[in-house]
Amino acid sequence: MSALQTVSSLIYLVSAVCYVLGVHLMRSPKTARKGNGLSAVGMFLAVITIIVNVIIEKRITPTGWIVLILGLAFGIGYGVIKARKVPMTDVPQLVSLFNAVGGGAAAVIGIFDYLLKGDGASLNLAFSLPVWLDVIIGGITFSGSLIATGKLSGHVPGKPITFPGARLVNVVVVVAILASAWLMMGMETNVWYVVLALAMSLIFGLLMTLPIGGADMPVVVSLLNAFTGLAVAFAGFVINNQVLIIAGALVGASGTILTLQMAEAMNRSVANILAGGFGTGDSDSGSAAADVPVDVKETSADDIGLQLAYAHSVMIVPGYGLAAAQAQHEVAELAKLLGDAGINVNYAIHPVAGRMPGHMNVLLADVNVPYDQMKQLDDANPMFESTDVSLVIGANDVTNPLARESGNEISGMPILDVDKSKSVVVIKRSMSTGYAGIQNPLFSADNTQMFFSDAKKGLQDIVAATKQYLDD
Amino acid sequence: MSEELFSNLAIFVLSLLVGFEVMSKIPATLQTPMMSGANAIHGVVVVGAFVIAAEANNWLFYCLAFFGAFFAAVNVAGGYTVTDRMLGMFDRKPAAKAKEDDHK
Repeated sequence: MSALQTVSSLIYLVSAVCYVLGVHLMRSPKTARKGNGLSAVGMFLAVITIIVNVIIEKRITPTGWIVLILGLAFGIGYGVIKARKVPMTDVPQLVSLFNAVGGGAAAVIGIFDYLLKGDGASLNLAFSLPVWLDVIIGGITFSGSLIATGKLSGHVPGKPITFPGARLVNVVVVVAILASAWLMMGMETNVWYVVLALAMSLIFGLLMTLPIGGADMPVVVSLLNAFTGLAVAFAGFVINNQVLIIAGALVGASGTILTLQMAEAMNRSVANILAGGFGTGDSDSGSAAADVPVDVKETSADDIGLQLAYAHSVMIVPGYGLAAAQAQHEVAELAKLLGDAGINVNYAIHPVAGRMPGHMNVLLADVNVPYDQMKQLDDANPMFESTDVSLVIGANDVTNPLARESGNEISGMPILDVDKSKSVVVIKRSMSTGYAGIQNPLFSADNTQMFFSDAKKGLQDIVAATKQYLDD
Repeated sequence: MSEELFSNLAIFVLSLLVGFEVMSKIPATLQTPMMSGANAIHGVVVVGAFVIAAEANNWLFYCLAFFGAFFAAVNVAGGYTVTDRMLGMFDRKPAAKAKEDDHK
């Protein structure tokens, strides 16, 4: 081992320690930001080390430098601008996009080394197995995460997308992937073998993600995140770099645990989510049963203001519609107004309100909503029976009582028991369905009134009306 | 099995175990930032992008190196930035609350 190698290995070890401690610190809200910072320090050390190595080794060509610097500059520019500018509401799809490119980078490294080191000679298994795994897993996460990004941002319909014979296509693709393993590991290097592996893994990523409904997307993104970790670890085997192996395996394992916890928060099993997606390929699952007669009672901002002003306790149930309309400020203003008038106001936050577990907490914390007013599912549900008015703002599936019944898309998902409060007001733009794509009988319940409006505009009107009645 | 492969495999398996251990019960509030933070960590693949760029010597390899560098840089730079932004909101909360208490 040369001096350079020794020092580099030691620094890589330090950066690996930073990642582990960083993840450890991120488990608590108090130290989370420090944890992410520590992990960034580790990343900085690793990047400096590889830069010094590339400079000292002098093997890189001038064109290599240009290509590398251009790629990095575009990548850093694009990544940082996107990350800075994204509204907090769109963070989930951005994380999914960053995950996609991570998987893509891992796959590219596998393809590169297969073509470089293979060079027509038969490869040994210790090299070709990680290469194959790297390309396959990287390819699956690349296309799968892009579809997840599309589904979360609305560019791809959130409904499960299936086509006749999907199962047969799945079988063919899996067979082709296994064939690519045999070709890449057992035959002389050929560019078409790795092209086959890449193409099939990309198609598999599409087939895996398209049939999964939008409501399950957060869990899928988390799972694909863990996959990318593994792809990066295998890329580490390929280029014999241990910091990639350590960091990749760390993300692979911790990402798996996180995925299980997210699925648990939604009362779904990961197998259920994935298999459910594949399974519904050929049947148009009972949308007829979910059709609810749409006779709803409409109300006005003025009437809602009156109800709120004379309530003793109000529960605000924020959902994605609130986030999408950027109405956090308005809802915080309304809550403060009511709170100052001595009305007991709380927020009932479903674990997957917004789009990902914890997403709504981030949005409300952003507008300085006191932490003790944010009630999580288990604390909020017993409170509904003694709630005078539940104000549901742009939330749908997480309040749908159909979840208590079997045989529909959201069966078994834990919901907020909004329907148990004395009166329910739903602010929503239209009667359109939520992510799960099914009707919500809450909207036509006897104690429910609908206020069709954009969350921001509607809340402004309600604030004005409430003020008037509180002043009287 | 070569010595190199064996030590890499040992590191891989032990790192997996560390990953399982270090991740205990995460409150729902932190699950999104945690996913984003883990996402940033696998941006370490950028080190691999340097390694392949250093070995590129024809147009196909240069193309691959470019995309490797671009993808990895987006992952690592964007990942840390957005995670920090999210966690910054948890930082501000106690401060805002303290201010409120002052008013009382």
